[in-house]
Amino acid sequence: MAIAYDIAMKEAEPELDGSAPVVVAEDLRKTFGSHNVLNGINLSVNRGETLAVLGRSGTGKSVLLRLIIGLETPDSGSIRIHGQNIVGLALDRMGEIRKKMGFLFQHAALYDSLTVAENVAFPLVHHRKDMSGSERGERVKQLLAEVGMEGNLAKMPSDISGGMQKRVGLARALALEPEILLLDEPTAGLDPISSGEIDDLILKLQRERQMASIVVTHDLHSARTIANSLALLDQGNVVIEGTFEDLQESGIGFVKEFLKQS
Amino acid sequence: MSDRGVIAVEGFNPPIPERRSEPMPSVAGSVTGLVNGFFEWFGSLGIFSWQVFKAAVTPPYEWRELIRQLDEVGSKSFPLVALAGAAIGVIISLEARYSLTRFGAKSMFPATLVYSVIQVMGPIITGLIVCGRVGAGMGAELASMKVSEQIDAIEASAINPYRLLAATRILACILMLPLLTLAADASGLLTGWFAQSLVEPLSFHQFIASGFKGATFNAFLPQTFKTAVYGLIIGLIACFQGMRTQGGAEGVGRAATNSVVLGSLFLILADVVLVKLILVVFP
Repeated sequence: MAIAYDIAMKEAEPELDGSAPVVVAEDLRKTFGSHNVLNGINLSVNRGETLAVLGRSGTGKSVLLRLIIGLETPDSGSIRIHGQNIVGLALDRMGEIRKKMGFLFQHAALYDSLTVAENVAFPLVHHRKDMSGSERGERVKQLLAEVGMEGNLAKMPSDISGGMQKRVGLARALALEPEILLLDEPTAGLDPISSGEIDDLILKLQRERQMASIVVTHDLHSARTIANSLALLDQGNVVIEGTFEDLQESGIGFVKEFLKQS
Repeated sequence: MSDRGVIAVEGFNPPIPERRSEPMPSVAGSVTGLVNGFFEWFGSLGIFSWQVFKAAVTPPYEWRELIRQLDEVGSKSFPLVALAGAAIGVIISLEARYSLTRFGAKSMFPATLVYSVIQVMGPIITGLIVCGRVGAGMGAELASMKVSEQIDAIEASAINPYRLLAATRILACILMLPLLTLAADASGLLTGWFAQSLVEPLSFHQFIASGFKGATFNAFLPQTFKTAVYGLIIGLIACFQGMRTQGGAEGVGRAATNSVVLGSLFLILADVVLVKLILVVFP
């Protein structure tokens, strides 16, 4: 009985090998009604690596991120974070996994009743009870300085531009020092200069923090700038995964068409 | 004019679409849909209630948000509830005086006013006023947070939205409704007495002594504290409608409307059961 328990515990124990992928998705399937969004996606991301997921609108890119952070549940397949399968985890246990993740939403999803500083402080208030008010204030200032928003602490989200909201969203996503960063269309709806600034910011953060990142985008230029590898999705399947050069050299019709139109 | 009822133009013969015979939805199909929707709604409400209950009884507790909600539901509803209570006091005073005088029972006026306000009108008026103000506000606020992904952002930050958003709001409604009812009752009695004393001078002390003569706690306390159930209904329906919203501005509007309409409806239905229950338990 004791031996069986030990074996079960070892199976449940996450892999702690530093070289193992941080995020692994296997045969991931998701359907909404009669619409198959994901048809058996496989992907993995290592520490310090950035994977850009590209594809046309409605191909399930954002759904993939929502599955990884547990906001949606897959119909089948597994998602392993540091070796632990998160599919079907209870809300509180999932919470422990989520503390290791930062998520930048497509429209930033800032809390509109809180100021910029309160938005960034929000995860710290709830999860870093050991921090004093002044320590938290300093940390918020530091995070906002990292994203170039140090002069906007008291502003409300409605008083700042879309690009600035994304910066604040990024600062909030970084508040708990995540090991995994998930970015949903970080440059969508931004002018080319703001897009470039956001790309530079993501690159800088990647260099400094060595997180495992997944970026969902249909901005090929941005993907090429910030990602080590790219995965192109079509009709719920990964058509190709590799470097930008791999995509350029591909003979697949959809890949050629996507690159041509981008 | 062609035989098909279309003006014929030489060289131009547009094809006339064939009439499609789309099957009309059958009555049985509509009824099945309604029944399914009914059970789906109650099933979802049951699951939602269980999630909120689990979140409410397990730590960490969101004291700061609870205090904010107590203020939002309690102190900000107070003026409205007190005003409604005052109006009810005057109305009952005018109606009661007229009726009692006709039947030669004018001396019964203080007791009539006290019992009418505290046992009947105070609780239900408070419930409906709070349902209109707080229910709509909560429904719209949570729905707006839902459609702008703010609730997802809370969940993604490893914070249980049932605990932070729903449990605190529902608890605030449960705690505040009895207190607001007391405010409405006090306000109603005061204005009722004032309206009466304008016509026929009567000291407030006399009015209270006569109104509460022979009254026991059983006559008033259950009627006041039953409003905690109203609070549960108002908070639960508003949070449920808000947090399950889909669609943009239209969804937010629908959530606010449904919060008030369903909240008021269930509140009145619950009152039917509660009144009977109180009569049985506290005879």
